[in-house]
Amino acid sequence: MIEVEDVYFTYPNGVEALKGVSLKIYDGEFVAIMGQNGAGKTTLVKHFNGLLKPTRGRVLVDGVDTRHTTVASLARKVGFVFQNPDHQLFSETVEEEISFALRNFGFDENVIRERVEWALNLLDLAQYRKASPFMLSGGERKRVALASVLAWDPDILVLDEPTIGQDSYQKEKLRQFILQLNQQGKTVIMVTHDIEFVAECEPKVILMANGRIVAEGDAKDVLTDPEAISAASLIFPEIAQVFLRLNDLGFPRKVISVYEAKRLILERLRPVMRL
Amino acid sequence: MSMFDGLKYRSVSSPIHSIDPRAKFIYVCILFVIAILFSQLIPLLIILVLQVPLVILAKVKREWIRLLRGSAFFALLIFVMNVISLYFYGGGQSLEAIIERALAMSVRFMVLVESFSIFFLTTSPDMLSLSMEQMGIPYEFCFAFTTAIRFVPVLAEEAQTIIDAQRSRGLDLEGGNFMRRVKNYIPILIPLIVNAIRRSLELAEAMESRAWGASKKRTNLYVLKMGKKDYIFILISIVMLISSIYVWLTVKIPSITQILQSLM
Amino acid sequence: MAIIEAKNLSYTYPAANSPAFKNVNLKVERGEFILLTGPSGCGKTTLCRCFNGLIPHFYGGKLEGELIVAGLRTVEHPIYELAKHVGLVFQNPENQLFALNVEKDVAFGLENLGYPRDEIRRRVDWALKVTGIYNLKDKPPFELSGGQQQRVAIASVLAMQPEVIVLDEPTSFLDPLSAKNILEVIHRMNKDLGMTVILVEHRLDLAARFADRVIIMNNGEIIIDDEPRKVFLDERVRLIGIGLPKVVKLYLLLKESGINLGRTPLSPEEMYESLVEVLFHDRG
Repeated sequence: MIEVEDVYFTYPNGVEALKGVSLKIYDGEFVAIMGQNGAGKTTLVKHFNGLLKPTRGRVLVDGVDTRHTTVASLARKVGFVFQNPDHQLFSETVEEEISFALRNFGFDENVIRERVEWALNLLDLAQYRKASPFMLSGGERKRVALASVLAWDPDILVLDEPTIGQDSYQKEKLRQFILQLNQQGKTVIMVTHDIEFVAECEPKVILMANGRIVAEGDAKDVLTDPEAISAASLIFPEIAQVFLRLNDLGFPRKVISVYEAKRLILERLRPVMRL
Repeated sequence: MSMFDGLKYRSVSSPIHSIDPRAKFIYVCILFVIAILFSQLIPLLIILVLQVPLVILAKVKREWIRLLRGSAFFALLIFVMNVISLYFYGGGQSLEAIIERALAMSVRFMVLVESFSIFFLTTSPDMLSLSMEQMGIPYEFCFAFTTAIRFVPVLAEEAQTIIDAQRSRGLDLEGGNFMRRVKNYIPILIPLIVNAIRRSLELAEAMESRAWGASKKRTNLYVLKMGKKDYIFILISIVMLISSIYVWLTVKIPSITQILQSLM
Repeated sequence: MAIIEAKNLSYTYPAANSPAFKNVNLKVERGEFILLTGPSGCGKTTLCRCFNGLIPHFYGGKLEGELIVAGLRTVEHPIYELAKHVGLVFQNPENQLFALNVEKDVAFGLENLGYPRDEIRRRVDWALKVTGIYNLKDKPPFELSGGQQQRVAIASVLAMQPEVIVLDEPTSFLDPLSAKNILEVIHRMNKDLGMTVILVEHRLDLAARFADRVIIMNNGEIIIDDEPRKVFLDERVRLIGIGLPKVVKLYLLLKESGINLGRTPLSPEEMYESLVEVLFHDRG
């Protein structure tokens, strides 16, 4: 469990990026942290594995204060997948890339071999095992980065802008993959501004603006709240845009899913069908 | 804020900032010559103090003092080295003379550093590059210069991101012996280099797409024209130079020790 | 005459085994707004780089077939000449800005072309105003947001006043609000200035409403080339796995259930209007 207690953070250059943030993320939750670029989302999640320590307040990961432990030990529990895979790829082969963290954490050679195998298969990379990560396509490199984090099986997974540069097929696969991981009990925290993707995943949503949390709740509630959306400088999901206006005609306001939209419209147009 | 902020351009509006970089460069060169000319403490102190009004006019007092503090360490080093060498090889001068001489060398160092500081604090890299262009340095070089400066903060940020990413995978950058520490920097250096190469490819594409190399006679949005203010500044600098040379040739400058002795 | 004409165009990168795209036939008329999309690796990015001559002059490789842009055969003219007619805006705003302030960046292309200073000044101010960033003209690129940086990139291409502007996934790194604003700017350039626009985009929900034509590529070939409303109804689009806007998905789902909403909606506003019509019609 991650507990953020009234955290303030100021960068060395004087910019105050977090202004009193309090938050609890329970085990097994699926959370999306959203907001404009510069709202403080990435700054916040960097506190979860100790890369940043609060200027004021504290962050507890499974009861441990992040200021009193190392990044390496927190990283065992909190796996961070950065936005740009090219910021971490450096090995000669995909295999070596995936085993890098495992070696750092001191795993046994046999265990490393097993885990690498498992991660390669999980992300459909077995054929590239001996390939150089630099020779792979953008999407493949993203999968290698993801595989190298999943390899050590962290309980909590933080994904920073996982959908950037992906086409819709890749996004759909990612969505299913994330849901699968969450169902297996992993806590998944997603930092993103991809509203449509979040509308499809329907996680718990936290909106940030100017270093503060401006809204927190179910996707359906938050993404259809005009005040929250405006405070976070976002736009409504497409379906919500339609139903917010249809509200005048007696439709519910909080609709973000295409399937729910269909159901509601058919109900109205074909009351006969309900018999 | 580090010592190096004393050499980084500070964007404010001041009379010194608006002086043509070429005029300022001439000033720095002349100051250089004058500082080398004199080895006595009194004239060097005078030169150091004379720069203060310039600093105040340029509104860069804070950064200038910071550089002063930072270079104090090296000034001290020079002082100590001079004292030692003068003591053993100075030909039997009195202790006061040695100290004064060494002090003069330190002050000379400070004068040189401070004059460069004023130049860089009040000249934007853009104006610097423009003056380089107008002085005849090939455009490719000036362009490389400004582009490098433009990307310094970007690369610094990227380096930090890479360090964060690898630390998040358990990389320990602190522990271990020297060899181990060097090895631990490979996961930082390789992505840095690879990304730099990727970035330059994208930059090259963008440059080509904006007609890079279209014309041998490249024009410029800005132009540096020397005005009255700039010529006056150069004139003042030349007057300083001429009077310094005159003083150096004609006046026998006493050392402080001699003054003190004559008073006693 | 069409402003862009491609006949049986195929291209293979140097040291590649198979072509990035093949047998592309395309005609674009002046003033059209083309939306080019397709799954990753379909060849759309490569095709973009042909329009201003980066392919073949910068990348090398083998370009076969014919490509004529603004009356010039791209293989016969250097990039700096084609740049006067075709502007190219890339995905990552940061790597398109080299100068230490905005207006110098916007002036870059014109300086390269050797225009006189007052002409540069005039065009730079104009381009800054069109893209709505005149107030940022003295700022260094590092202080700008992604959306602002991308506007600078567009302004710097606009200043050269090309007939065609090609944008390769310009909203990739932008948040939805900035993306929306940038697309508005591009739309105005097309509508008000009559520029021909070729936009490569995945965000069909934001971009489709501006397009005259949608071209979909897959595996190096053009599969569909038609107006957006017709394209979205095409079976093949769903098979390729293109991300249809949610309102289009809703439209298709309702259609399957026997509800006909009329023309395919290209925006939530259009969907709302179609629904209202059907609901009132139903009541009446």
